[in-house]
Amino acid sequence: MEVEVILMEEIHKVYRTGSTEVNALNGINLNVIEGEFLAIMGPSGSGKSTLMNIIGCLDVPSRGKYFLKGKEIEKMGDEELAFIRNKEIGFVFQNFNLLARTDALSNVELPLVYSRVPKKERKTRAYEALKKVGIEGRAKHMPSELSGGEQQRVAIARALVTNPSIILADEPTGNLDTKSSEDIMSIFDKLNEEGNTIILVTHEPDIAKHAKRLIKLRDGKIIEDSSK
Amino acid sequence: MIFLENFRVALKAIFSNKMRSILTTIGIIIGVGAVVGVVAIVQGLSYMISQELQGVGATYIIVFAEHDPNNPDFSGKDIRITMEDAKEIEKYASAVEFLTPIIWRAGYIHSSGRKWSGFYIGVNDYYPYIANHYVEKGRFITKEDIEGRKKVAVIGRTLVKELKLDPDPIGKEVVVEGNPLTVVGIMEKKGQMFGQDQDSVLILPYTTSQMIFGEISARQMRLDIKAKSPEAAELAKEQITEILRRTHKIKEGQPNDFRIMLQEEILSTVSKILGSITLVVAAVVGISLLVGGVGIMNIMLVSVTERTKEIGLRKAVGARKKDILLQFLIEAVTLSLVGGIIGVGFGFLLGMGGAKLIPNFPEAHVPLWAVGLALSFAAIVGIFFGIYPAYKASSLHPIEALRYE
Repeated sequence: MEVEVILMEEIHKVYRTGSTEVNALNGINLNVIEGEFLAIMGPSGSGKSTLMNIIGCLDVPSRGKYFLKGKEIEKMGDEELAFIRNKEIGFVFQNFNLLARTDALSNVELPLVYSRVPKKERKTRAYEALKKVGIEGRAKHMPSELSGGEQQRVAIARALVTNPSIILADEPTGNLDTKSSEDIMSIFDKLNEEGNTIILVTHEPDIAKHAKRLIKLRDGKIIEDSSK
Repeated sequence: MIFLENFRVALKAIFSNKMRSILTTIGIIIGVGAVVGVVAIVQGLSYMISQELQGVGATYIIVFAEHDPNNPDFSGKDIRITMEDAKEIEKYASAVEFLTPIIWRAGYIHSSGRKWSGFYIGVNDYYPYIANHYVEKGRFITKEDIEGRKKVAVIGRTLVKELKLDPDPIGKEVVVEGNPLTVVGIMEKKGQMFGQDQDSVLILPYTTSQMIFGEISARQMRLDIKAKSPEAAELAKEQITEILRRTHKIKEGQPNDFRIMLQEEILSTVSKILGSITLVVAAVVGISLLVGGVGIMNIMLVSVTERTKEIGLRKAVGARKKDILLQFLIEAVTLSLVGGIIGVGFGFLLGMGGAKLIPNFPEAHVPLWAVGLALSFAAIVGIFFGIYPAYKASSLHPIEALRYE
């Protein structure tokens, strides 16, 4: 049976800056099924970051309904959203966002700290996640001792460690050279083959082509939704 | 668990900015250091004084003229305790066992070209029983010495040593304000009291000191009294009051022009004085801790701004508001406590060093409660001044925090 991970109905997001209103999202309808590999593309200002934030439960829509694994997100408060982010979402950012002064293993452990997983189990699970992205040999290295590609792998391990419903990657290769980008994308490919749902936000067609479904945004609307 | 984790993160943040952390906590270090240092000195002092006063016993009473220039009832009047007062008390106060006049003067004692700064007390033959201080060698002053205004003296150990009177000081001559006195006895060792070497004493018959010092000495005379028993001390005080009001011709309703203090009252007066010293210091410390707290708040605000991105990330991976609040609060308290601990060490050295630097000062004594109190204050300052930056951190919106450059 197909499990619906994301169901969005008529999502609107309105930002107010002073007296002007900006409609960042203008009625998004989207559903994502478990195991999909989705790329969201669009020029800057198209609303892809806003959509990404709402999918990631970092923000709530102004109007419309958003169900994440059947749970109604738009009605949730800060605390519940934090809980959902912890359990269901794994973030991968363009600039890695690792904690400096903290080694790779502890960085990967971080989400488990907030879900109150005991220390020993945390270490084991974090090490497993590092193994999945092939960087367990660098577990005790500080971020500053790692290359960009390696840092991004640690970040992917951190996204994986809670077994989230969705891995949400925002321009994951934006700060990497071509070789490292290829490595990172092959990790995403592998994770998707293993059944992880991946949503990728990018403006690079070369990166987007790794995904099996492509969504293009313009002016806060989906203008194309095509599957390979 | 999350608590320990936060503590670990806090220590890491503090130690990765060592210089900044130390500078930030200087206010706390000084504040806590001052508390511990002063308490150490005051405690040492009060410990010694109470030991000393307990030594003379609960039967000890002193009587002296009211010399309060701020009191309009007595200013401008020449109020004295006289030998006639003493004789009346001896005669009529049944609860009094012994009584001695005390004529106290500080000054130099000379002997064959040497001199030493000490003090002289003119007393009668009961003095040893009242002060609980006896002759070790030779004899004390006798009734004949007093009646004959004999030029004799009993001296303390320090005088013997400093004036080089050994091996046999008895019979040697010492000079007080031009008057040669013959040493007839050596007092037993007594040590320090009120920052003064009690063994630099020269004791002489009060009649002789009246003769040497004249008018001035009469004004400064006080009476030291031993009650018959500790229970009789209160009664003795009542009897003395009655007698002195009569001899001083004080009308009913008029205040006493003299003061009578029991050992307990002396103790409580001393602790009152020490208490007010402590209070003044506490106020200074309060201000210093306030300044320290503002420093901590300032640096925590900087830290929150610097780590906006980290806060965003933590929120993205599931930290709740209260997790972030706790993290920064623990960091502020840890910072403050680290300052507090350094301050305790600093205060300890300050107290010990201070006590050593002041000559004839008792050893400092740091009670555990003072350390506990100082550290609790540091923690409270940390919480109080850490709450706003922590709240600010916890209220950051995750998206804006992540986007912050």
